[in-house]
Amino acid sequence: MLDVLMLVTGVAALLLAAWCGWAAYRDQPTKDWHFIGMAVVSVLALVQLVVGIVQLARGEKPEQGTTIFVAYLLGAFACVPAAGFMSLAERTRWGSVTVAAGAVVLAVLEVRLYDIWGG
Amino acid sequence: MTAVEEKPARLVGGPGLVLVWFYGVMVVGAVSRSAYQIATEFDRAPLAYTLSAVAGVVYGFITYSLVRGGETARRAAQVCCAAELAGVLIVGTWTLIEPSAFPDATVWSDYGMGYVFIPVLLPLTALYWLRKSRTVTR
Repeated sequence: MLDVLMLVTGVAALLLAAWCGWAAYRDQPTKDWHFIGMAVVSVLALVQLVVGIVQLARGEKPEQGTTIFVAYLLGAFACVPAAGFMSLAERTRWGSVTVAAGAVVLAVLEVRLYDIWGG
Repeated sequence: MTAVEEKPARLVGGPGLVLVWFYGVMVVGAVSRSAYQIATEFDRAPLAYTLSAVAGVVYGFITYSLVRGGETARRAAQVCCAAELAGVLIVGTWTLIEPSAFPDATVWSDYGMGYVFIPVLLPLTALYWLRKSRTVTR
């Protein structure tokens, strides 16, 4: 369950990165559609956070430690919304670049999460 | 360079925003990592964890300076970026020459390879950006 979620979230993050990167390439700020995309990715990360905590509550142990696992889950959840808020204040292509960078960071976090969980 | 006088240099506009983002990520990464490692297993690699903590503090200060803006903050950030670059190069070389001093990795090990070389690319980009956004005051 968690493995699939990590994969889906990671792929969604990469798609978001490509989409916002494309907007930046065309010299456009983030628009409503981009924010909907960010919301979708953020919801996935939130579901992942909840499922992760439920798994922990059931007594499953991440391979590299519970603290690190929870820290990465929280980081993964906060990542895209933080970049999204920053892009709200910057109505140029650089706002799009920031969101794209945020999504790439999330994808990297997903890979690390997968390792930490021991999938 | 056009002189826009009596207006504090905004450092987070345009490309600066992306810079602030990456610095923010590095702050969270370095600080949380070193806090966890120092709290749980400090004796294993005290030097490495202390260096990570120092890196976190430096990143924090640069992020703060960038967000704050203005000429003083710009200079302070410039000094810190130079210090950061020196830190990455020194620690990076150190970990390659004397791996035994580092039983565990720091943020700056192998020039930041564990962080996709962002630690070494970031100060270079930042220094370039800070130079460019210098305000001409006469």
